[in-house]
Amino acid sequence: ADVCTFGMLISKVDICAEEICVCLYEFYRSFKDYLHSHIPCRRRDVLVLTPWLAPIVWEGTFSRDILNAQYMQKKLVTGVVTFAVKKYVQFIEGFMSSANKYFLAGHQVIFYLFTDNPEQIPHIQMAPENRLFVIPVQNHSRWQDISMSRMDIISRYIRSQFQYEVHYLYSIDVDVQLFEHIGVEIIDALVGTISSWQYTARRESKSYETRTESQAAIPKGEGDFYYTASFYGGSVAEVYKLTRACFKGVMKDRENGIEARWHDESHLNKYLLYHKPTRLLSPEYYWDAELSRPRIIQVKRMCSVHKNMLRTPGIPGSIMWAMLSCHVFLPLDFTII
Amino acid sequence: YTFECCYNSLTFLFFSFRRQDVLTVTPWLAPIVWEGTFNAEILDSAYRPLNLTVGVTAFAIGKYTRFVGRFLESAEKHFMKGYRVNYYIFTDNPETIPTVQLQPGRRLVIVPIKKYPSWQEISMRRMEAINKHIAETSHGEVDYLFCLDIDMVFYNAWGPETLGDIVAALHPGYFNVPRSQFPYERRSSSAAHIPDGEGDFYYGGAVFGGLVKKVYEFTKTCHMTILTDKANGIMAAWQEESHLNRHFLSHKPSKVLSPEYLWDDRKPKPPEIHLIRFSTVDKDYKEIRD
Repeated sequence: ADVCTFGMLISKVDICAEEICVCLYEFYRSFKDYLHSHIPCRRRDVLVLTPWLAPIVWEGTFSRDILNAQYMQKKLVTGVVTFAVKKYVQFIEGFMSSANKYFLAGHQVIFYLFTDNPEQIPHIQMAPENRLFVIPVQNHSRWQDISMSRMDIISRYIRSQFQYEVHYLYSIDVDVQLFEHIGVEIIDALVGTISSWQYTARRESKSYETRTESQAAIPKGEGDFYYTASFYGGSVAEVYKLTRACFKGVMKDRENGIEARWHDESHLNKYLLYHKPTRLLSPEYYWDAELSRPRIIQVKRMCSVHKNMLRTPGIPGSIMWAMLSCHVFLPLDFTII
Repeated sequence: YTFECCYNSLTFLFFSFRRQDVLTVTPWLAPIVWEGTFNAEILDSAYRPLNLTVGVTAFAIGKYTRFVGRFLESAEKHFMKGYRVNYYIFTDNPETIPTVQLQPGRRLVIVPIKKYPSWQEISMRRMEAINKHIAETSHGEVDYLFCLDIDMVFYNAWGPETLGDIVAALHPGYFNVPRSQFPYERRSSSAAHIPDGEGDFYYGGAVFGGLVKKVYEFTKTCHMTILTDKANGIMAAWQEESHLNRHFLSHKPSKVLSPEYLWDDRKPKPPEIHLIRFSTVDKDYKEIRD
């Protein structure tokens, strides 16, 4: 059966017939298991490769042991940039303690913590391979300005400092906690994380900037994925190019009196559309705690902890339309409106 | 929130580029390239501006020179179209290499080479010859290098989807059999030995490549292990292919090509193979190898 046509056909059929079709397809698929049967890593329910052949990292697609063996000789040093400005200092402890435990455990990590309030930083127990640099930074009155100035700060510091200290650099929001290991599977030249909002009913609220006056505008009908600005990174060279380009876009917009819909995230998405990431991380790698978890998310490695969003009147059990999923209709937790 | 989401343009895009019947990513997150996993346009638009030159090495020794014409003609139709290509044909008989009309930006370089007494020896000396040639010449001329068998023909597009740091191809005879049946070298006295229970895939010796620097490194390592075996009076089961498999077990390829890129026309085509891009020419092995 041709999967494409099959998928589109069953979208026109009602639920009962759909369940039968899905069963038949599963039956057919089970015969294919002899192919590479010694390789346990396999996810069929999600897209694991982009059309430009970048892997999409999901639980079950990789062996961390094999990957760690590849990095053994390389003496990998990775930087993490995070910003804790104003009230966000309250998240430092949770972030740092969970990151020390779960982020690239066993590898050298240098944390660069930018804050406007260095005195408020609690004592943090660092893992023996890791280091922490606290860098004072100015705050702005608008959180959007703080958010967008991150790009500028990161690019300047890469140039003056980070490029001499780390091979790879990741920017991570501070208001998160890690619950599961995030390891060398994230290491690649240019890495974006697919936004967890792609899976929710509110999908249309998290989408590209379309106003052509903005530098972040993406023409209608274009776009590969929606990436989150809460977790991205890559080699220092690539992150430098990305942050420079994004900040240039922010400044140009400011001159033209416009601000992109989702601020630095809109600019990030524009950049990653035209400079394709070499690796994508599934929403396991940054899950917005406001959302309930669909079945295709087997692990939540890093989750937001902020609760500053109003509870949205829910569609019960939240809809998990995963365009990355093979099932056009969803499994049991799907609720029909 | 209704089924209209199916018709979202993003969804359409991903329904077109997806294979669920085959493994498309290795456990070390290297892509496995099959028809239906990639969009050739996106890749082309990413690679064309880089102004790359791709090299091809192929060995036409003794009677194998008869394959050069068809190899080159079909490569002109299908191999890296629109890119700069240098064909390095290693031969003991330069006069027998036919002149083939080449597209602009593509050139043929004949590399004279010594003929060894046995076909196995010729096969195994390829690693050394490629390595030496990279050091002397091609490192300054190409960005990527593919090392291909000459007794093959291109039937369909071979494009920038194949480019990567270290590229290996799945052998057509073993991509759909259990690992215990892979013809790895099993004698522990050989440097190409792979014990039972180990191994990821069985890679074909007829196709490998990558960044020229990386090809230099691994042809050197393979040549060293081949010499080690020679000193110990042993020859691996499938010559340099065994050594290649041993090498790629400990230094995993960053990209794997499906058997579409290394097919054997004598085999019936299974449903997983949608397209054959590069395949063997039918020949009488006895006659040609003497």
